[in-house]
Amino acid sequence: MSALESPRAEGATMEGYNFAYLDEATKRMIRRAILKAVAIPGHQIPFGAREMPLPYGWGTGGIQVTASILGPADTLKVIDQGSDDTTNAISIRRFFRRVAGVATTEHTAEASVIQTRHRIPERTLREDQIMVYQVPQPEPLFRLEPRRAETKRLHALADYGLMHVRLYEDIARLGHIAKAYDYPVMVNGRYLMSPSPIPAFDNPKMHRMAALQLFGAGREKRIYAIPPYTEVRSLDFEDHPFRPIRAPHACALCRSTDTYLDEVITDDAGGRMFVCSDTDFCAERQAATAQEAAE
Amino acid sequence: MTMLTAGFADPVLDAQATFRAVLEAVSRPGRIQRAGGALNPPAPLNQAAAAVLLTLADADTPLWLDGGSAAEAWLRFHCGAPVVAQPGAAAFALATGMPPALAALAQGTEEEPQGGATLVLQVSDLAEGEGWHLTGPGIEHEHRLRVTGAPEGFLSAWVANRAGFPCGVDVVLCAGDRLTALPRTVMIAEG
Repeated sequence: MSALESPRAEGATMEGYNFAYLDEATKRMIRRAILKAVAIPGHQIPFGAREMPLPYGWGTGGIQVTASILGPADTLKVIDQGSDDTTNAISIRRFFRRVAGVATTEHTAEASVIQTRHRIPERTLREDQIMVYQVPQPEPLFRLEPRRAETKRLHALADYGLMHVRLYEDIARLGHIAKAYDYPVMVNGRYLMSPSPIPAFDNPKMHRMAALQLFGAGREKRIYAIPPYTEVRSLDFEDHPFRPIRAPHACALCRSTDTYLDEVITDDAGGRMFVCSDTDFCAERQAATAQEAAE
Repeated sequence: MTMLTAGFADPVLDAQATFRAVLEAVSRPGRIQRAGGALNPPAPLNQAAAAVLLTLADADTPLWLDGGSAAEAWLRFHCGAPVVAQPGAAAFALATGMPPALAALAQGTEEEPQGGATLVLQVSDLAEGEGWHLTGPGIEHEHRLRVTGAPEGFLSAWVANRAGFPCGVDVVLCAGDRLTALPRTVMIAEG
């Protein structure tokens, strides 16, 4: 029986494509890479990234990882900078609705697979959820050492002095580590890893997270992972401990004082407001507040 | 010549379900997952081991196995994986009896530890909540796992396997239609 004749999940999917777009040989290759990535936390595994129906830089790595793990029972959430309703997030959700017929959601609590560009949801994730990160540059040492052959050797030797020097130079020049996003982490005490360009504010959420975290870089053709409950430490110094950065305001919509905020320019006269970057979390808090007020 | 039994009834969705079971097993070592319950592979192949290989092995993955000619013919037909004579040349090693020494399997290199082999090891039974104490990535505090029919000297071989990290071998334990995994990061203490 050929793959195309097999019964499909409820909901019509596009004719002429395999379930979840990728062919089975590609999925097997990606699945093998994912399993080795989980077995070697933080280590980048090369894979044969395919051409996808959207350009590099739009999340092709994350999409290929999602396509390889997704099944008909999954519920998919896609966020772009914390938001469920930006072009990128909507396009990717619609893509998987069409090629895999999976249910999609905007609610973090309802999702079994969450593909993200540059944020981790504010709500604490559970064991039955999987995070898939879109990664533009998987090599944390890239800006310090552009030669791949050399960074591979540095990872093999666990020689991360270059990165420590880079952070130290910030302290020497500016008095603090001036890295607000893509802040490098050590995974399981062994590999230096790029957390993808999430704000440093989100780094502590990766530490011993209950959910499995998978990272896909399409253009750079690398997959890496953090298993659940794994130690993830942001690089720092004893006298300059890591500090997650957040705008010192309350959200203008839900009044939250402990979430990551976006600054929104409201006019051309210097008007601005700070709102939660996680739109689902903010909407839930607003709804809860409205309900309390009504009662 | 006997007829080959069928592979997955739905090659796409059954492979996906099996992959998620293996992914869950590698992510949470010692938790038992189910796979391949509908398969009828030739002896001595068990359902879980057959499902894992149908899901992950193909023409790109050299396979070593000790399962005899019927199992070999079944896997050759359904996976199309090249069968190799040397365990050290295999990406997947299937052991239905006494497995080759972990150190005799591909270990990967310091720069490319992902070259380490995956050993699919059939055992007679798996049980959660008793036996070995597992700790490491994927485990919040501790998982217990009893493996009935683990090869002799497995724990001391595992200590050596772990010592080579990031190089080393990952193991998928299969009993009937149940499986769990021991990625190279997991620490095992005798129960």
